[in-house]
Amino acid sequence: MMSSNKISVVVISGTLEHLHMAAMVASVAAVCGSEVLAFFSMNALSHFIKGRNVKAMHEGEMGKLMEAKKVPEFKTLFEQAVELGGAKLYPCAMAMDVLSVQQNDLEDYFQEATGLTKFLDDGRDGQVFTF
Amino acid sequence: MATRKIVDGRGSFCPGPLMEMIVVLKTINIGDELEVLSTDKGSANEIPEWCKKIGHAYISTTEKDGVWHIIVRKAK
Repeated sequence: MMSSNKISVVVISGTLEHLHMAAMVASVAAVCGSEVLAFFSMNALSHFIKGRNVKAMHEGEMGKLMEAKKVPEFKTLFEQAVELGGAKLYPCAMAMDVLSVQQNDLEDYFQEATGLTKFLDDGRDGQVFTF
Repeated sequence: MATRKIVDGRGSFCPGPLMEMIVVLKTINIGDELEVLSTDKGSANEIPEWCKKIGHAYISTTEKDGVWHIIVRKAK
């Protein structure tokens, strides 16, 4: 039976472990039939600027091991969340202003920038995960 | 006639093999089967769970020389 629950994923950390866990939650939830909304702000967002391939730093042992092994890339998982499960990824309008980036500068699988007011309203009846 | 395709997820970690399987599952016909190869035990647990949740038929899992063979049938 497919569940129709909704989850909101708030992605703020720029470290590998946090980005990866957020990507796993978003992609698996999306392909399991959940409605997934994700909001990207703070140090997380700059990893999704096109052509800016700065490696996400690991925090500890797990991240270090993941770098050495063939773990799916977090960006691939977020893209699959969108393509396979219809997830909606929103860049934070404030973070875009601070970083001086435009919509075109971000990966194509992002929705139009949004603010917290709309994101909180859209996700008000779902579970929230913060990374 | 039903066919069976191989999805080679060996070497990848969870949820890599599941995602690779879903990509291929979209391209096959109802009634056709996939045999997912995985070296990741997490995926061997995750794929049957996913099938149950979404409504595809999970057929069997066997392990041979550290490789899990997970067979599923597209049901819808």
